Amino acid sequence: MASQLVVDSHPSDALLRSDRLPHIWCPGCGLGSVMSCYADSVQSLDFPVDDNVVVSGIGCTGRVAGYLYMDSFHTTHGRAIPFALGLKVANPDLHVTVISGDGDLSAIGGNHLIHAARRNIDITVICVNNFNYGMTGGQAGPTTPFGATTSTSPAGNYEQPFNLPHLVATAGAVYVARWTSLHVRQLRDTMREALLKPGFSFVEVLSPCPVGFGKANDLGEGLDEMWFYRRRSIVNHDAALEDVGLSMSEDEPIVLGNFVNRERPLFRPAVSREALQEVLYGAV
Amino acid sequence: MQAVALREPLDRGLEQFQVPRGQVFVIPSRCKDCQFCIDFCPADVLTRSEELNAKGYHFAIVAEGKEESCVNCRFCMLVCPEFAIYSDEIREVAR
Repeated sequence: MASQLVVDSHPSDALLRSDRLPHIWCPGCGLGSVMSCYADSVQSLDFPVDDNVVVSGIGCTGRVAGYLYMDSFHTTHGRAIPFALGLKVANPDLHVTVISGDGDLSAIGGNHLIHAARRNIDITVICVNNFNYGMTGGQAGPTTPFGATTSTSPAGNYEQPFNLPHLVATAGAVYVARWTSLHVRQLRDTMREALLKPGFSFVEVLSPCPVGFGKANDLGEGLDEMWFYRRRSIVNHDAALEDVGLSMSEDEPIVLGNFVNRERPLFRPAVSREALQEVLYGAV
Repeated sequence: MQAVALREPLDRGLEQFQVPRGQVFVIPSRCKDCQFCIDFCPADVLTRSEELNAKGYHFAIVAEGKEESCVNCRFCMLVCPEFAIYSDEIREVAR
């Protein structure tokens, strides 16, 4: 039996702009793993790739749209969700996915996030959370854990971070999950489920950022951050969402799971008074 | 005592199940030596190469003595951030 065979293409290349690989993400960054899980979950679904659209905002994660060989759009900072909303309303048959970072979605795009969840727009949001603004030099953001060191909080972050699954579930999301870049099988299956789920689905993916966040907090290389997730993660699908906030303390677990899966009426803008009556009260 | 005697060993009939065998494929030019696949391969199949790729990284290869160990679980393919490794099942030819 031979050992490894050297080849020049990958099974997911059909969904990638492979002429742009290797991508710009740092060695040890988890973004590629998230993109790989996304490509695999899209391949496992039987809808045509032309019905699939990816929208991303600004930041390292924002570059995902540029590497996927499908209809994709790289929007301005924080505006991935409004763009996706427009796409979905005008073309209800499209599967619209937003893949963006924690800073883009929960800071500058924070209002779009909560109102998309409130309206229950039928899109999937994959939020890659690396706890800082990696592309611009590791500044603190709304997801930076309390006490964590970043370039703008050299003595420790004194702000309380968002608990994103709790935030979007409270705002009205019908599907909420959290995994890490290490839990690739669960992440792949969860993405598949989220893509098929009618309504606003939200998947938070914790991802190593060795250069931006890992170095400042002595977490080591990307590989060490993956071991950090392996060591501290527990899976509890029934966790109380107010308790799944993230902290830097080794004593507190990182709670992962498919937390919420429920039904709420979908956002369907009515084009006429009659159509609105039908949405509100059913066909007469 | 009798209840114990009625128990059947869980591994009876295991021979009817075949452990899949996988072949590892690598694209050395894409690898950035993050070692995710090496550390987290459930069968410990992989190791770093001695040689470097064009960008100066040691890439993942099958370790010596592990040529038969891959079970095609595809974890390396999913976790690799660089789309630089995957596995495929080796199908036994009917004898």
